[in-house]
Amino acid sequence: MSANEFSPPIADGPIVVRRHRLSTRLWHWTNVVVFLVMLMSGLMIFNAHPRLYWGDYGANPDPAWLQIGAEQERGYLRVGTLQVDTTGVLGRWQNAEGAWQNRAFPHWVTIPSSYNLALSRRWHLTFGWLFAGGLALYALISLVNGHLRRDLLPKRAELAPSHLLGDIAAHARLKFPTGEAARHYNVLQKLAYLSVLAVLLPVLVLTGLTMSPTMVAAWPWLIDLFGGRQSARSIHFIAAFAMVAFIFVHLAMVVLAGPINEVRSMITGRYRLPQEKTR
Amino acid sequence: MTTLLSRRRLITGAALTGSAMALSGCDALGQSPAFRQFLSGGEWLSYRIQRFIVGDALAREYPPEALSPTFRMNGNTRPESAEWERYAASGFSDYRLRIDGLVARPQSISLTELRALPARTQITRHDCVEGWSAIGKWTGAQLGPLLERAGLAPNARYIVFHCADDFRGTPYYESIDLVEAFHPQTILAYDMNDGDLPMGHGAPLRLRVERQLGYKHAKFVMRIEAVESLERIGQGRGGFWEDAGAYEWYAGI
Repeated sequence: MSANEFSPPIADGPIVVRRHRLSTRLWHWTNVVVFLVMLMSGLMIFNAHPRLYWGDYGANPDPAWLQIGAEQERGYLRVGTLQVDTTGVLGRWQNAEGAWQNRAFPHWVTIPSSYNLALSRRWHLTFGWLFAGGLALYALISLVNGHLRRDLLPKRAELAPSHLLGDIAAHARLKFPTGEAARHYNVLQKLAYLSVLAVLLPVLVLTGLTMSPTMVAAWPWLIDLFGGRQSARSIHFIAAFAMVAFIFVHLAMVVLAGPINEVRSMITGRYRLPQEKTR
Repeated sequence: MTTLLSRRRLITGAALTGSAMALSGCDALGQSPAFRQFLSGGEWLSYRIQRFIVGDALAREYPPEALSPTFRMNGNTRPESAEWERYAASGFSDYRLRIDGLVARPQSISLTELRALPARTQITRHDCVEGWSAIGKWTGAQLGPLLERAGLAPNARYIVFHCADDFRGTPYYESIDLVEAFHPQTILAYDMNDGDLPMGHGAPLRLRVERQLGYKHAKFVMRIEAVESLERIGQGRGGFWEDAGAYEWYAGI
């Protein structure tokens, strides 16, 4: 049905719908804190060995596909044969007191802010349980209460190329659904949220577990799934940055779509349907 | 436009202030004893859950072609203790491994005797707490039969490994519980990659405890002590790095 046919009289004021369930809101705000802690403590753990490898083993004598380091007072990021000078940001940077440090990630993105592998591991491995537990619980709830099927899984028609292209074009012109169409996620939203919930977050948890020597003694299939322990570490890192990219896009969309209405809907659950602009 | 700018500035300003506060807040939290207690909860949970899931499962063993071309040496690569120097000078022919503490029959075992005991060869992956891994081949005496030979007292709960190397005068030591001590892959390795254990990898004897991180794999083992509690060893946290750097005693993750 077209939104126009059923557009409500504007005189009645904006339509407010219940947008997000309590479970979604709780999980969302828990993850704001938990993911930030996981990311920042993870960057400190990476600082202990700022090199990434493919396969099962990988240490300083072995070739790294990614490396952050410092040479002759210049910081660098090296990916394959490509090298970028990152002095001041990565590899070599100034701490809060202005002293130069040769470390991969700078103090303002790590927990704790000065080098401490032991403490960052404690943050990461304790919050990791909240992260994994929250994901498992939310996935289960979404499966049971129909959130996954009703709100997140795209309908067949939505996946038609013409519909997908139309949605992409609308997003590119920053035209967002209004009226009745805004009651549901559009197909790009569905695909974005679904890939985070069903792919990125589980991959982060599973690659994290693959790095645990006891865990892979219990579940050796994890090593095969990701192609080795060092591959799992690389994928863990890539997935974390894919999440960072998702969060930047997500925040940009919230700002563009009307931050007050959007943030309020994630706090109270109530969402005011954006009105038609055709009038 | 001005409202947009001011709103943007407001949001950016709030975000920056927020993250700065969050950062210094995290540092402060990390120092607070109560919060550290909370953070230790993760180690307790990992220990319980992983022990439950893993049972007696073996760590993966690899085919020979999977060996690291170069196995990175880490930590101390040559002890400075007089006792170790004396043994090294003799090619470890007069080295004796001592097993004491809560045992019925304290042992003093030469390398020749050790090589005659039940042994195991395994190609395994060594995972350092820092994130790197190396695959090596290890041959050594299984710890379980050795402990049976010494006769563990019923109240023995931990096995402590006293090492010849030190960091600024503090000797290295490590400890494991009996579950890990009696695991078939837990060996005292005297050979690595089909040769004698190289000095940098812990000659004459190195603990391999394959389901745990690298810092548990004590090198230059001189003495094994069975104890009821870890409180009186070192600073009481069960290992050199546990005492010094606050690494977790449970190193399964």
